[in-house]
Amino acid sequence: MSDDTNTTGAATADAAGEATGGPSRRAVLGWGGAGLALGAAAAGGTVAALTDTTDAVPAALSGSAVPFHGKHQAGIATAVQDRLHFAAFDVKTKDRAELVQLLKDWTRAAERMTAGLPVGEGAVGGLPQAPPDDTGEALGLKPSRLTLTVGFGPGLFAKDRFGLEGRRPEALIDLEAFPGDNLDPAKSGGDLCVQACADDPQVAVHAIRQLARIGFGKTAVRWSQLGFGKTSSTTPDEQTPRNMMGFKDGTRNISGTDTAALDKHVWVADEAKDGSAWMAGGSYLVARRIRMNIEIWDRTPLQEQEDIFGRDKAEGAPVGKSKERDEPFLKAMKPEAHVRLAHPDTNNGATILRRGYSFTDGTDGLGRLDAGLFFLAYQRDVRKGFVPIQRNLAKSDVLNEYIQHVSSAVFAIPPGVRDKDDWWGRALFA
Amino acid sequence: MRPARLTVLTAVAAVAALTAVTGCAEKSGAGDGAVKIAASDSACEVSKTEFPAGKVTLEVENKGSKVTEVYVLFPDDRIVAERENIGPGTKASITAEIKAGDYEIACKPGMKGDGIRQKVKATGNGAVEKRSPELDAAVAEYRKYVQEQADQTLPKAQAFADAVKAGDVEAAKKAYAASRIGWERTEPVAESFGDIDPKVDVREDGLEAGQDPAKDWTGWHRLEKALWVDNKIGDDEKKLADTLITDLTDWQKKVGQAEITPTSMANGAKELLDEVASGKVTGEEERYSHTDLVDFKANVEGAQKAYELLKPVAAKNDPALSAELDKQFAAMNTLLDKYRADKNGYEFTSYETVGPDQRKELSDAVSALGEPLSKLAAAVAK
Repeated sequence: MSDDTNTTGAATADAAGEATGGPSRRAVLGWGGAGLALGAAAAGGTVAALTDTTDAVPAALSGSAVPFHGKHQAGIATAVQDRLHFAAFDVKTKDRAELVQLLKDWTRAAERMTAGLPVGEGAVGGLPQAPPDDTGEALGLKPSRLTLTVGFGPGLFAKDRFGLEGRRPEALIDLEAFPGDNLDPAKSGGDLCVQACADDPQVAVHAIRQLARIGFGKTAVRWSQLGFGKTSSTTPDEQTPRNMMGFKDGTRNISGTDTAALDKHVWVADEAKDGSAWMAGGSYLVARRIRMNIEIWDRTPLQEQEDIFGRDKAEGAPVGKSKERDEPFLKAMKPEAHVRLAHPDTNNGATILRRGYSFTDGTDGLGRLDAGLFFLAYQRDVRKGFVPIQRNLAKSDVLNEYIQHVSSAVFAIPPGVRDKDDWWGRALFA
Repeated sequence: MRPARLTVLTAVAAVAALTAVTGCAEKSGAGDGAVKIAASDSACEVSKTEFPAGKVTLEVENKGSKVTEVYVLFPDDRIVAERENIGPGTKASITAEIKAGDYEIACKPGMKGDGIRQKVKATGNGAVEKRSPELDAAVAEYRKYVQEQADQTLPKAQAFADAVKAGDVEAAKKAYAASRIGWERTEPVAESFGDIDPKVDVREDGLEAGQDPAKDWTGWHRLEKALWVDNKIGDDEKKLADTLITDLTDWQKKVGQAEITPTSMANGAKELLDEVASGKVTGEEERYSHTDLVDFKANVEGAQKAYELLKPVAAKNDPALSAELDKQFAAMNTLLDKYRADKNGYEFTSYETVGPDQRKELSDAVSALGEPLSKLAAAVAK
């Protein structure tokens, strides 16, 4: 729920596009091929074959693959896919070697699935008397830009657990209790997380299901969340998606090609001093399930809705401006407007990369739509990213009357898997 | 008991059928050697009534207007193989390992009743699946175990029935869970006699459309409801106690003849964990008495027995799997022990008092054991 959290504009993205000799701006308009290129650029600096096709193929049908290997994990700066399945796991094993083996097994499975292949020996053709290695519901589907991004929760670094207590990064904090939080412990936290993003929900769900299955006995699913209708984009040239309140959200998100902004606000630098050098090239993730009081919001007058956000509903333009991407004039907004409070200028420059998705889990027992925003924020340091922004929002945001944070988790996102011999978390366990 | 579940035998048959469909196994004999069955609403025509024993493929075509199912039965109605849900105008194939002897093929248009029967004969000593002496011994031991469980169940069930008939609610409640242990340990085999399970172990919501709970609901759970919900025993319940004993005696007589193979043993062990996952961990099975943990323990014991007997072979073929299974069975048993004071007794905590976090912990343990257990059949079949 924090709009305008980026100081950099679309101009930077254009410049980056020109610099790499990439496609024309028109060709970057969100079709599959361009998405692949942006994802590749972000994931490993290797720009895959670019085509300047302008064929209007929906992303899920073009279904290209995002490279799995790279300096950073895919699924952060990668052009945001349409669907999400996010899962948090408790680690059940007490054996460090077993945990390491699991991460290796997960990595090998992820390599295959992100390439559009089934895990292990596949879904068919094996021994008829035994269940197949892969459950098969993604057979025949394209890779659909599937990315799998793994994270390590604070619990993994607990004393007397896996001998990692000296390696917990200072930036991986336990989040404070923010005013208004109503967190369900059963749907919060976790020792490990996997974020699966894809243009096809079946592909994302399949991926989490295979990893959960490989993990049984070593890990147990603690909670998970499905998401649709990305609420922010890391490709600023795409139309900004609307959230469940009907507003364009995340207009000024960091561009996946803006390497300067990514280095400054998202990726952990190489020179860590607190035993967390293993995090170089990684990032930190805050996940929050934000329930919206949809029915109450829908009864709110249009003017009030626009005042609450600080943008107009039709165009998404900031107060007093006419275009969505016009520089917001914060002082023109009400002091407690959401955009004003979330803006970097209000938060000493605090900037995060958002990857949120809308969710609707049917209705609650009272017949109210159980819907809202599954907020995913990546940043170089949680203390300098999410925390100051959320402190500000939790204290004053007028939107709080219509939303409630009901689930919360924080994870260290290790750097990318470099090659076929590398695995998620190798540097941590080295 | 879950309605319409796959029995051990049908699971094997379904797997075999899938093999034939996908064409991934060795030549299935689906060509000229196949027995063709033309099923209609009023007929069940079999292309040949005599065929060589061994691996037999039945090619079924439903020419009728109703969904049908086709069974291969022993003369005493035990199921050799079956295929359900064959839609009008569709074809299906059933592959089964059939020894020399007399059989009946039954088509059941509308999937109801005894079906339209045809007598058939398997002749010669066709190549029945080769087995190792070790696996033969495992099967023989398991058959013995299953019989013992039935033999031990009868007196306990009798004690329960006697208490019901005496109108002694408290004594009946005490005897209830114990009377089910042997059944729960061997449930997949017990279920392979399709008619006994619905008589003794069906839950109220397992009744089929048109069945009346007052008339058609029999067995343990009907009595469970009378004891814990109504807290009284009427004449109907006293009669049902006798019926339960009659049905269990039938089971005791038949159980020794169940078709058991090494892979059906392995998959039966996995099915016992499935039972735990679907019915016990949710508290559905014993919703009135809350004695779910007794069933839970019995299911795990039955699975462990089958595993231990197969272990010499499994450990050779897949040492990592058997190490994992040893570990997960031990973890499961340790966890269950938290819910009973006497490690040799079957007095478990009422499931009503087991909180959501504890249920999650139990469910995680079931997944941790069930997943590797699903690979046991492959390790045995290698």
